[in-house]
Amino acid sequence: MKFVRPVVAKAQFLVEEARKRWTAFGDVWRRSLQLRVVVSTLALSSAVVFVLGMVLQMQITNQLLSTKDEAAVRQAMASRALIQSDLVGLNPGPDSVQTRFQSAINKLAVGGAGTDATTAGAGAFEPVLADGQGASSAGRVPAVGPLDDVPRGLRDMVENGGEATQIHTVQRGGRPTTLFVVGLPMSTTARSMQLYLIFPLTAEQRTAEVVQSTLAVGGVVLLVLLALIANLVTRQVVRPVRQAAEVAERFADGTLHERMHVVGEDDVARLAESFNEMAESIQAQFKQLEEFGQLQRRFTSDVSHELRTPLTTVRMAADVLHASREQFPAGLARSTELLVDELDRFESLLGDLLEISRLDAGVEELTAEQVDIRVLARRAHDSVRAISSSAGSPVVLDLPDSELVAELDSRRVERILRNLLANAIDHGEGQPVELTMRGSSDAVAITVRDHGVGLRQGEAELVFSRFWRADPSRNRRTGGTGLGLSISLEDARLHGGWLEAWGEPGHGAVFRLTLPRRHGEEVRESPLALAPVLESVAVVEEPVVVEEPEEVELTEAEITWQPAEPVDGTPVSEVSEEVR
Amino acid sequence: MERQFRPVTERAHTATSGNGAWAVRERATGSATMLGMKARVLVVDDDPALAEMLTIVLRGEGFDTAVVADGARALPALRELKPDLVLLDLMLPGMNGIDVCKAIRSESGVPIVMLTAKSDTVDVVLGLESGADDYVVKPFKPKELVARIRARLRRTEAEPSEVLQIGDLTIDVPGHEVLREGRPIQLTPLEFDLLVALARKPRQVFTREVLLEQVWGYRHAADTRLVNVHVQRLRSKVERDPEHPEVVLTVRGVGYKAGPP
Repeated sequence: MKFVRPVVAKAQFLVEEARKRWTAFGDVWRRSLQLRVVVSTLALSSAVVFVLGMVLQMQITNQLLSTKDEAAVRQAMASRALIQSDLVGLNPGPDSVQTRFQSAINKLAVGGAGTDATTAGAGAFEPVLADGQGASSAGRVPAVGPLDDVPRGLRDMVENGGEATQIHTVQRGGRPTTLFVVGLPMSTTARSMQLYLIFPLTAEQRTAEVVQSTLAVGGVVLLVLLALIANLVTRQVVRPVRQAAEVAERFADGTLHERMHVVGEDDVARLAESFNEMAESIQAQFKQLEEFGQLQRRFTSDVSHELRTPLTTVRMAADVLHASREQFPAGLARSTELLVDELDRFESLLGDLLEISRLDAGVEELTAEQVDIRVLARRAHDSVRAISSSAGSPVVLDLPDSELVAELDSRRVERILRNLLANAIDHGEGQPVELTMRGSSDAVAITVRDHGVGLRQGEAELVFSRFWRADPSRNRRTGGTGLGLSISLEDARLHGGWLEAWGEPGHGAVFRLTLPRRHGEEVRESPLALAPVLESVAVVEEPVVVEEPEEVELTEAEITWQPAEPVDGTPVSEVSEEVR
Repeated sequence: MERQFRPVTERAHTATSGNGAWAVRERATGSATMLGMKARVLVVDDDPALAEMLTIVLRGEGFDTAVVADGARALPALRELKPDLVLLDLMLPGMNGIDVCKAIRSESGVPIVMLTAKSDTVDVVLGLESGADDYVVKPFKPKELVARIRARLRRTEAEPSEVLQIGDLTIDVPGHEVLREGRPIQLTPLEFDLLVALARKPRQVFTREVLLEQVWGYRHAADTRLVNVHVQRLRSKVERDPEHPEVVLTVRGVGYKAGPP
């Protein structure tokens, strides 16, 4: 048992190692076209070479054997003819048989008679003469030569008067030797005898071996060469493809002037050409886009200047008039007030429009710095204090006790918070607005919650649309431009953060801003939940929401008859002045 | 264009100083004069309507104004009239507002408030770097403009014989002089005020917001780039090596403080 564990561990390790190797190989296999081509070429060609080698070897062996066969049979015939006369009048005495046989064999060996051109291929042989009928009378067959090497089956056939050949393997000197045996019956008047010629196939075997090893070596060399060739050829194809891939990668990374090298007129060259054409057109498109961006930027700044200069003059003139409105008759004084108020709105609308067009053009840049976000929240709170008190919606700040430093553009983040607070106060129905801030190691979240009418199904996405108003009938306190939340959303995106909305009829709305603590990072998780835990008590307020659609129609019908004073009696001038 | 104020020999800086501080806080609507001396503002603007309107408003606030419509004529007018403040529109024919700003700065420390139609980072920073002390974005309210002008005309109130030490610099506050090893360093009034504000409380770290209030006179949060740019300008003049400041130190994440004497 003691030894089992290490062995098992070792085995597991090996299995693990093998799996790793396999996976690594799998990776290389999947990635390298070259490897795949070379390996499959190698596999297919080895099969072909193997089959071809086998066929070739078989052909050669057969040829060798059939030649041998013919020559051997002819040799046997000649030998039989040569010794036939000597054995015609053979006596039945075994001794004399033996002697006569011996002399006949000797004659064959010495004379080589009957050997001519036709039997030349037969080569060396060992003759055997046997007396087929002697077997029964004496214990052993009277024979000369190595009769034992003649296989039994052949002997039977020849003894029965047939002519036969057989290839047969025997042990000679401890080594297997293949023999080609020809057996012929020799009949005299008195007895029937058999002449066997044993041709050792040593030479043929050697030839076959040489052929075999030649084929094997040739096959291996061929395969190696094939592998090399396949490698070379695939490299020729794969290299430009790899280069193309590298160029395309660099191109995708932004080096738009990257081009492929075009050589010749082959398929690779065509690929390179069409890639270059594509790159050219993409670069042109980019250039055009960049030009559009620049144009947009110039247009924005031109509009900015051209519109703002006259607006400044008008604004100053209006203020001068406004300053001395007490001296004017009532109608004129009120007109002056309206002029100034609407100029305020016009200005903020113009400002927001320019801001959003700059954001659209993508020309805005972040000036990120380390800031304690709590300071920004307090500042945003300060700037909405006036509207908060006039709307009766107090702002409750819930900030962390210790400082919460993040790298961000304080101007933009303060603007987002100001927009969110103003929006919440605007829709807060006089209920408190809560601003909550929490931070995690890599993100900060701020939620702004109001307890107003809330948002209906599907409105949470719409609130960020430009000029979208939740409820056209309601009185607007802040005189917002309808672009504030859109700008805030863009500002949040510019920081790599999120701005989301949640709302339910009767439960108010929540806006959550999540920003990364370090510039350039993306937010993955917000430290604050978007949807609040609802209390069932709040459901009572729901009927208010149901009535609203009817109100909308009413006001729209009356829109042309709106009095100069706002319906709720709040002088517009005071409020909007403080907002700015 | 019209040029209205008569040649006056002495500078009006000290004259408006005490009054100016009040004017900002109290939104004074009365005249900007003290001891019968009107502060003179040179308006450099190509838009005749706006220039006239500016004149009307500034006169109403008790300033003396002169208008130049062409950037190229701003410098001669400056030399001739010696105004207390230049109101400079950044977009001008003839000579770019930025260039005018640089030209004025090269020979005078007169406060420059620029009028800009762009609140783009680049344009504002470029304007500030070329020497403007403050900026007002069009369209502005007259009160806002006047407040900016008054804040720039207000000077640091000096105690008699107040001498401060910051780094290896000696600041003679009443004499408006900064000395390093006995040699004076030329600073604009704004840079001088910034340096004095830091030097008066050597151990205190000033946030950009506090500096905006103390030096620029902004009561509410304003553009902190003003502070950044002017600290850079100040450093380029008072530091031996602006890359490794010893006089005005940055406190990362908070603001600035004076270097140890």
